[in-house]
Amino acid sequence: MSEPVAEELLDVTVTVNDVPRHARVPARRLLSDFLRHDLGLTGTHVGCEHGVCGACTVLVDGAPMRACLMFAVSAQAHAVTTIEGLGTIEAMGPVQQAFTECHGLQCGFCTPGFVTTITAFLEDNPEPTQDEAREAISGNLCRCTGYQNIVKSVLRAAEIKAERS
Amino acid sequence: MTTQMFGAPIRRKEDPRLVTGGGKFLDDLGRGALAAAFVRSPHAHAKIVDIDVTDALDVDGLVAIYTHEDLPGRVGEPLPLLIPHPTLTHGRTQHALAKDEVNHVGEPVVMVVARDRYLAEDACARIRVDYEALPPVVGIEAARAADLLVHDDVPGNIAAHMLQEVGDVEAALANAPHVLELDLAIERSACMPMEGKGVYARWDADREELRIYSSTQTSTGVRAAVAAKLGMPLAKVECIAPDVGGGFGVKINHPWPEEVLVPWVAKTLGVEVKWVEDRREHFISSAHERGQLQQVRVGFDDDGRLLGLDVKFWHDNGAYTPYGIIVPIITSTQLLGPYKPGTYRCEFWSLYTNTVLVTPYRGAGRPQGCFAMERTMDAIADELGLDRAEVRSRNFIQPSEMPFDHGLLFQDGRPLKYDSGDFPASLDKLKALVGWDDFAEYRDRARVEGRKVGLGIGCYVEGTGVGPYEGGHIQIETSGRVNVSTGLTSQGQGHETAFAQVVAQELGVPIEDVFVTTGDTRRMPYAVGTFASRAAVMSGNAIALAARNVRAKALRIAADALEVAADDLEIVDGIIRVKGAPDTQMSLGTVSVMSNPLRYAFDEAAKAATQFAGSNDPDKPPVADDDEPGLEGRDFYSPTQATFANGMHAAIVETDPVTAEINILRYCVIHDCGTMINPMIVEGQVHGGVAQGVGGALYERMVYDESGQLLNASFMDFLMPYASEIPHIETDHLETPSPLNPLGIKGAGEAGCIPVSAVIASAISDAEGFAITSMPISPVELWELRQRHASGEISSLRGRAPYPSEPSDPTTTRT
Repeated sequence: MSEPVAEELLDVTVTVNDVPRHARVPARRLLSDFLRHDLGLTGTHVGCEHGVCGACTVLVDGAPMRACLMFAVSAQAHAVTTIEGLGTIEAMGPVQQAFTECHGLQCGFCTPGFVTTITAFLEDNPEPTQDEAREAISGNLCRCTGYQNIVKSVLRAAEIKAERS
Repeated sequence: MTTQMFGAPIRRKEDPRLVTGGGKFLDDLGRGALAAAFVRSPHAHAKIVDIDVTDALDVDGLVAIYTHEDLPGRVGEPLPLLIPHPTLTHGRTQHALAKDEVNHVGEPVVMVVARDRYLAEDACARIRVDYEALPPVVGIEAARAADLLVHDDVPGNIAAHMLQEVGDVEAALANAPHVLELDLAIERSACMPMEGKGVYARWDADREELRIYSSTQTSTGVRAAVAAKLGMPLAKVECIAPDVGGGFGVKINHPWPEEVLVPWVAKTLGVEVKWVEDRREHFISSAHERGQLQQVRVGFDDDGRLLGLDVKFWHDNGAYTPYGIIVPIITSTQLLGPYKPGTYRCEFWSLYTNTVLVTPYRGAGRPQGCFAMERTMDAIADELGLDRAEVRSRNFIQPSEMPFDHGLLFQDGRPLKYDSGDFPASLDKLKALVGWDDFAEYRDRARVEGRKVGLGIGCYVEGTGVGPYEGGHIQIETSGRVNVSTGLTSQGQGHETAFAQVVAQELGVPIEDVFVTTGDTRRMPYAVGTFASRAAVMSGNAIALAARNVRAKALRIAADALEVAADDLEIVDGIIRVKGAPDTQMSLGTVSVMSNPLRYAFDEAAKAATQFAGSNDPDKPPVADDDEPGLEGRDFYSPTQATFANGMHAAIVETDPVTAEINILRYCVIHDCGTMINPMIVEGQVHGGVAQGVGGALYERMVYDESGQLLNASFMDFLMPYASEIPHIETDHLETPSPLNPLGIKGAGEAGCIPVSAVIASAISDAEGFAITSMPISPVELWELRQRHASGEISSLRGRAPYPSEPSDPTTTRT
């Protein structure tokens, strides 16, 4: 029996929700695990670990990315926005507020991935049609809502965003 | 005046924290806990020859490795068979870690505990297990043929064989003017909640207590199971279901192997241990449902009225039967739907296969049964050249016949007796919503354009709200905050909101002041769980009864203090006041102080209460002989039988003449769950159910190869529908209150998915002109059916105008 060999650790600095965060992590550490377990930002959820369900979607430099398909070290020097960075209970972001108004969630496990995805989408298309709204969320899986109220939430979020601007 | 809360579509209380990342799901807890991972069987059927862990010992961060030999006492014994049944003559359950033999791919063989999950998986990869592969039994036909056995001591692979009969079916069929025979199959699918299973356990050495968090549908069940397995007093074990990311049935089985092993390791090592299932583990080691082969013989008269119904089916229960035979029992009773069968016989065989075990999945046996019954209704209509809705209507149980006793035993061992429902009214609503009577014209127009469209229909009755009981506890703080607890759990159904609505209404308090806790055995140790569409019926009514007790106590105390009769008091917005003289009042918070003789003036409510202190008689104890301190109330609700919700769906489907792509153009739902607590939540449940139903009808199936490997154990390959696959769902409601419970409610959780496969099959049959008898169906399968139909192998539906001939060249483009 040989001596156990410790894994090599790498330094990584990522700006998460506008705050520079640093950690020493193995090269194979997923961004999703880095956010959840190293930084304690558990709002980003992991549903499949192979990039299909979208529950772990975060914004990397404003663009939606699957946090389970990125290594933490790959986010070095990038800006990551998680669900925690998009609003609080007291000051919800437009998409978050729309979800609460439209019954856009049931168990809420997939919700953070939808909120981040829709937030980025509305930056590109602030006045979507219903079909465009449905298309925009078609990369995220939800097992509870049947999607209808999420589509409604996208359209309502666009309204709230316009009202606030 | 307090706003009406019961019945209002108010926004959910749980949403703000869930949309901002504040949810507390299982893996959000226990940061820093040790991680468990499992070596799972790569074989569907094999003997374990040897396990060599030597190489794994080199992994840095490894804490412990366990095989079956390491499990002491009851931890090493087979897991419990939760629901025995007299006809389940050969029940079998697995060991927490496999002993000598494995019976499906994914069965846990070795447990590893390490500093984190990466390292635990590293160690798993270095463990070598030698197997002697055995030939597996895969699929119902192989199980039925019984050339090979899953368990050596279970002849014929038959776990259970059950027969129920009402009337003389053979005589009825012999005398019926028309008899049809149909084979109607449904394939395996699975719940697939977005959050997999998970368990996290902490051992408190000072108190010798175990705390378990589990992503479960029954925290009381897990608590009791673990206490029994670990030989601990129940009082020293507590279990909490945190936020749970969907259940749909798979999280009702208890205990899962991991729910025993993780707490056992936490106690043994005195550490915190967590296991969070990954998606592949969920596919190959959790549970599936739905797989059934079904044969129907039906006799009917010239008007399409049922005279005799004879059903045989074979249910694939997988490798073990921890949850008994609930699923096939439900199929055997609930396939009758809203109809009077004339005479009825149902016989089923529940069979072992070397595949993942089966527990109820949303609908639980009903989608299969509904498929059998509704396809039969369509077949009768076709045989007689009658309208499909009309045939259904002629067989309906009438409102005047309620309550209607089928003379069968339901899943809860009670009579299958429908409490209420108005099926003709529901059908009228559905026909109006979908435009039933105008569809023929639409289809003719589409046909001229070269399009194939079809209309489908499906009806169901769903037994909901099964007992034996749930409880509610309410306690009002001096601030006026109302704490409500019930023992069953929540997996996204909005219980925090729906139960708060019940309390706000019953007590007359603002809903903002009501705080609901579910699934925490510290707060309510008596409970069953959230499944079978029972939460609103069971806990809703228990909480209402508890609220009535608290209200009566509050009025009694206030009446004494205000020196008025309790009958003259009302509670509005948390204030008790004299009817007609609202200035004479006191807050519920003040009554809370007064109900507790410990009256230090901690807060304003306590100070306010001192003004009423003079009414106490110094010669009597501060708490009345027949009373308890505190403004609290508790009660339980136990029904005499299940409630029966019902619904009817219709869909318009278009099939591509060339590619056979199947597209749902419209989907309409009429739903009757009695009185609705929150119509917005009910509608959300219907939407979600229909979406799962569409998945089951068109996309989702478990693809096993002949060696028992699940070929599509990932979201890349198991096709759960995205938003792009789910149609807009049009809904309308009918409310026929249940006479069985104080609130008049029936369950709504599973309804949406029950008839979908039947409806889509009906619509595709209508579009194509031949019967669809097996679901799910893919475009490839439909295309192949068309070839068989064109060659005469499959007969055409009768009384139908022929469709334009198929394009002979598949590359022909439609104009």
